[in-house]
Amino acid sequence: MLECRGLEKRAYDLFMQNLVKGTSHLGLGQEAVAAGFGTAMRPDDYTFCTYRGHNHTLVRGVPMTAILGELMGRACGLLRGKGGSMHLTSIQHGVMGSYAIVGAHLPIAAGAALSAQYRKTQQVTTAFFGDGTTNIGAFHEALNLAVVWKLPVVFVCENNLYMEYTPIEQVTAVKNPAADRAAAYGLKPILIDGNDVDVVYETALAAYEKARSGDGPSLIEAQTYRHGGHSRADPGKYRPSEEVEAWLARDPITNYRARLEKLGIDGETLGRIEADVQAAVDLATETAKESPKPPLEIAGIDVWADGGAEWRN
Amino acid sequence: MAELSYREAVAAGIAQEMRRDPDVLFLGEDVAAAGGVFKATEGLLDEFGPKRVKDTPISEQAIIGATMGAAMTGLRPIAEIMFSDFFAVCWDLVANQIAKTRYMTDGQCSFPLVIRSANGGGSRFGAQHSQSIENWAMAIPGLKVVAPSTPADVKGLLAASIRDPDPVMFFEQKSLYSVKGEVPDGEHVDTLGTARVVCTGTDVTIAALAAMVPRALKAAKILKSEHGISASVIDIRSLVPLDTQTLLKSVSETGRLVTVEENPRLCGWGAEVASIVAEELFWDLDGPIVRVTTPHVPLPSAASLEDEVLPNVERIVRSVQRLVD
Ligand SMILES: Cc1ncc(C[n+]2csc(CCOP(=O)(O)OP(=O)(O)O)c2C)c(N)n1
Ligand SMILES: [Mg+2]
Repeated sequence: MLECRGLEKRAYDLFMQNLVKGTSHLGLGQEAVAAGFGTAMRPDDYTFCTYRGHNHTLVRGVPMTAILGELMGRACGLLRGKGGSMHLTSIQHGVMGSYAIVGAHLPIAAGAALSAQYRKTQQVTTAFFGDGTTNIGAFHEALNLAVVWKLPVVFVCENNLYMEYTPIEQVTAVKNPAADRAAAYGLKPILIDGNDVDVVYETALAAYEKARSGDGPSLIEAQTYRHGGHSRADPGKYRPSEEVEAWLARDPITNYRARLEKLGIDGETLGRIEADVQAAVDLATETAKESPKPPLEIAGIDVWADGGAEWRN
Repeated sequence: MAELSYREAVAAGIAQEMRRDPDVLFLGEDVAAAGGVFKATEGLLDEFGPKRVKDTPISEQAIIGATMGAAMTGLRPIAEIMFSDFFAVCWDLVANQIAKTRYMTDGQCSFPLVIRSANGGGSRFGAQHSQSIENWAMAIPGLKVVAPSTPADVKGLLAASIRDPDPVMFFEQKSLYSVKGEVPDGEHVDTLGTARVVCTGTDVTIAALAAMVPRALKAAKILKSEHGISASVIDIRSLVPLDTQTLLKSVSETGRLVTVEENPRLCGWGAEVASIVAEELFWDLDGPIVRVTTPHVPLPSAASLEDEVLPNVERIVRSVQRLVD
């Protein structure tokens, strides 16, 4: 969680310094979901996430330098600048992509799960998405198919109460956008505190156990909140200040630190971990900044599996 | 050689590849137990079982998404979209996801998949079940686009598409399903990106695709016997990759090009072909490049009206005559 927080804060700073262009969607405040699930996974499991996917990518073991480098469009970037912030992917880490069209990755995740089921590999696929995604057709198509075929896939809705700027309750027929729809697919409603990493981890373990034993998919709604705006420099002014304050008091990292201290882990140890993480973020930032721009010729390759882009002879 | 119908060649091509490669799966609406609404996939469920031949819900996004996810994790899936018009409800998965993900991820993954679909007019189904949409697919980098005109090509090009490591949009012309033709015995695998010279002439090259190929051929016969005009007919077969060499060679010999396209006029595949020929063979041309297309209207349903707008033999003959005379 600390690494996620450090990375995302740095991504924000780099954006404000104009070193990250385009756009960037941060997961500040939502770290417990990615960390809890990431910890419960097997290394060969598959994850699919959204444009707000830096955390989900980092928790699978993708190096910070590769992530920051991609945000900055450098040669050391995970995709050498061909994807950008919204498309972080590392197949070797099981990060099967970050998807920027709302809902698209849910049916794709079902397909990866179909493949694991067919090949009998016991791999589980996790798809992370937002509350707003529960109102697009692909969500419903993917859930229905996953249940009909009993696919080993876990759908995780991170309900941060907003789509981009519109509160989710204004545009959704039910109170809990994912949990209240579970019944429509014959699934048990699962509504959890997405800011408590222990709760997330336990929930993930149970869903993975179910999927691996052939009992099919789960739909989990994790209630959480983004500390900042939707993207770029959005200050999030459309959110009432009492709401923001209440959720800042539920910060997953502050609260987990307090829990660890109560369990007897001393402040010095925790401080050392925090300092180590900060040093790692600083080092990754400097390394990425020093990395050159990507070679221009890569803009014209890798459309096809043979590495080329030819469309005629 | 065995005589198969265009529809039988579909099942024969899929079966050939499923026997050879256990990673090939097939999914779509009504494709398994019912054998497809055009009966083009009959027998596959019996031979390969429900794990490999799967009926899906009416969920085009889920069909294409699942196909993509399976392809990026080691399988070689084939999906069916019942009518190509229905691509409009899952185009995100095709155009944004399947086509672009290899490029965006710096080549980390590839997508060995085929999406088959019944395409084109002539069956009196009206504007939402009759479109020729090869040009939608052709406009997107990252998709291969194939449209066969004969049973032999259906089997051979379908097999080649399934073995190809990239996503292939495979358009079957639905009015051709009952057409019969000789198909080579034994394993038959063709090559993507190759056009076929169907007949050779000296005065004009007629380039056609799918259902327009038999019409172009008929027109060529009439042009020869009634007007003394000698035409080459080229079956384009594969729009991406495009065999420009076969086309350019033919036009350099005849000095004239007519394209026959089923799609509505604007941005049809013939426009791209015409621009290539104009750019690379301009000084060899003896006249303007002529495009015969459906006018820029949706397809009407009534037989008389549909026949009026789709390019027919008479219109091809007239267009060629006007060009050559
Ligand atoms: C199909 C589609 N429609 C709209 C958008 C624009 N858009 C990007 S993010 C977003 C909000 C998504 O909300 P949610 O699913 O709650 O995810 P969050 O951003 O809160 O994590 C929208 C509308 C898009 N990318 N794709
Ligand atoms: Mg949201």
